[in-house]
Amino acid sequence: MSAAEEVVAEGHQAVEAVPKRAMTLGTGTSLVVLAALLIAPVFVKNFIIFQMTMLLIYGLAVLALNILTGGSGQFSLGQSAFYAVGAYTTAVLMEHFNVNYALTLPIAGVVCFGFGFLFGQPALRLSGVYLALATFALATAMPQLLKLNFLEHWTGGVQGLVVTKPDAPFGLPMSQDMWLYYFTLVVVIAIYIFSVNLLRSRSGRAFMAIRDNEIAASAMGVDVALYKTLAFGVSAAITGVAGSLGAIAVQFVAPDSYTITLAISLFLGMVVGGVGWLPGSIVGAAFIIFVPNIAEGISKGLSGAVFGVLLFAVIYLVPHGARQVAIMGQQLAGRLRKN
Amino acid sequence: MELFTNQVLAGIATGAIYACMALAVVMIYQAIDHLNFAQGEMAMFSTFTSWQLMQWGIPYWAAFVITLALSFVAGIAIERILFKPLAKAPVLTNVAGFIALFAIINSSAGLIWDFTIKQYPTPFGSSPFLGSQLISTHQAGMIGVTVLLLLGLYFFFQYTRIGLAMRAAASVPESARLVGINTSWMIALGWGMATAIGAIAGMLIAPVVFLEPNMMGGVLIYGFAAAVLGGLTSPFGAVVGGFLVGIFENLAGTYIPGVGNELKLPIALALIISVLVVKPAGLFGRHIVKRV
Repeated sequence: MSAAEEVVAEGHQAVEAVPKRAMTLGTGTSLVVLAALLIAPVFVKNFIIFQMTMLLIYGLAVLALNILTGGSGQFSLGQSAFYAVGAYTTAVLMEHFNVNYALTLPIAGVVCFGFGFLFGQPALRLSGVYLALATFALATAMPQLLKLNFLEHWTGGVQGLVVTKPDAPFGLPMSQDMWLYYFTLVVVIAIYIFSVNLLRSRSGRAFMAIRDNEIAASAMGVDVALYKTLAFGVSAAITGVAGSLGAIAVQFVAPDSYTITLAISLFLGMVVGGVGWLPGSIVGAAFIIFVPNIAEGISKGLSGAVFGVLLFAVIYLVPHGARQVAIMGQQLAGRLRKN
Repeated sequence: MELFTNQVLAGIATGAIYACMALAVVMIYQAIDHLNFAQGEMAMFSTFTSWQLMQWGIPYWAAFVITLALSFVAGIAIERILFKPLAKAPVLTNVAGFIALFAIINSSAGLIWDFTIKQYPTPFGSSPFLGSQLISTHQAGMIGVTVLLLLGLYFFFQYTRIGLAMRAAASVPESARLVGINTSWMIALGWGMATAIGAIAGMLIAPVVFLEPNMMGGVLIYGFAAAVLGGLTSPFGAVVGGFLVGIFENLAGTYIPGVGNELKLPIALALIISVLVVKPAGLFGRHIVKRV
């Protein structure tokens, strides 16, 4: 949590001496959230547990994009492609090779790291809009690539693959959904801690130096090419793990689940959560899961319009997303205590 | 040989549409330095509008002209209301804005006109053109309309005061402002024209790809590929790029084994990435040198 606080403080110098007290507020909030995430499944129905699992998974995917865009300042409208690669890796390994589901996660991560690293190579020469364009094309092309004839034996073509949901191990008295939820929670927390530390490390500082001024960063001795592709690789790897968790949770992979719409959702989640603010990822994920549900309940096809309008609202009213709201909350709390 | 000629001509016909899309993308890119990811959806919405007008009993060409006028106004309105306030905002915000626009237009078209696929009429008919088996009258019509449009635009930009003002505003905004050009309105005008050009592309391609909210997805990617190939800073390049991409797409589909309809989008992706890697400025674009 404290790395997040740093980012917040750095983005808003104007904030009057917040730190100490606010820090405890932040830590307190994260502890409450964590406790809620741990206890909640015991009291709710399986379907809600499933939705919470998806929340964590999308949160992870948004986090990955946040590392890429918020960390190293590169764009990606193509995260759905990495998500798809992760999901398919898991599905193929589980269904064709009978690999244990837990083992497929690191494999999917490595495969996606390679894919992202390779895709980062051309991306090196691109900046801003060009990169957005290249990744946009990647996301659009991905479903067609997955439908390719010669891959059909593995991927199941248009039909996709069915994935078996794992049972709880050691005879634990848990439903499959609940076990998968806790499994996901552990993976997500581990990756979250890794990401926070990554952004604080030497590599993380290199990312941010590139984000803020590429030429200055290279003059300071940062290997721009290496760190840019590395950011792509790490982001793709985390997205891939999210994808494989998603495949296990949904029990199904098909090319048309991974269209540009997914990439747009993830991008939207990042903007809503606040670019570069890792805790915002979970807020963004909640947004992209629950808002369409509510909108579709009112009318089919409405979710896109609602998304778009809300996105404009965020851009105009709270350009820093949930992070800005959190800062306002902090200031308010600080003021209340002073009085 | 006949197959080859046939494919090249068909490629020129679809290339005409890509050229229009690329031109629309480049016009907005020149004006505001951002890629309009919603260009395809805007064209789709215009096409639906013209279809609706025809459903109400208005003849094709009247609907065509009314749609152009409406699109022009809508383009200006979008710029004034949504994107003018974002002029100074970072790239990320702008990309988010275009994505939002994309989502809004796509899903409102679905809400209003449903997601089912609709037939769209062609005014040219689809019999063989001039008795030859090479292309159909609709394909010839696509080429004809595009050529007329391009000539019109050429004369507009070369020989009218307002065309000159728009060019000045796009290339050196500061100086243009000093000589009394209202650059802000020139940008809005560019948006209006780009939207109208997109509408023409949409109405011409609709009989081929059929009318539905997602019809322009593939076309837009090819339009981007064309714009990148020709150079994002060159309208002329965008047009040439459009025709080249159209021909390339058809020839690749015919002669490279394993590349059928299903690989069309990956080809566009490969094209975009290889051009960006090998020659980022495109065939006719200028290199942009960043100052420290």
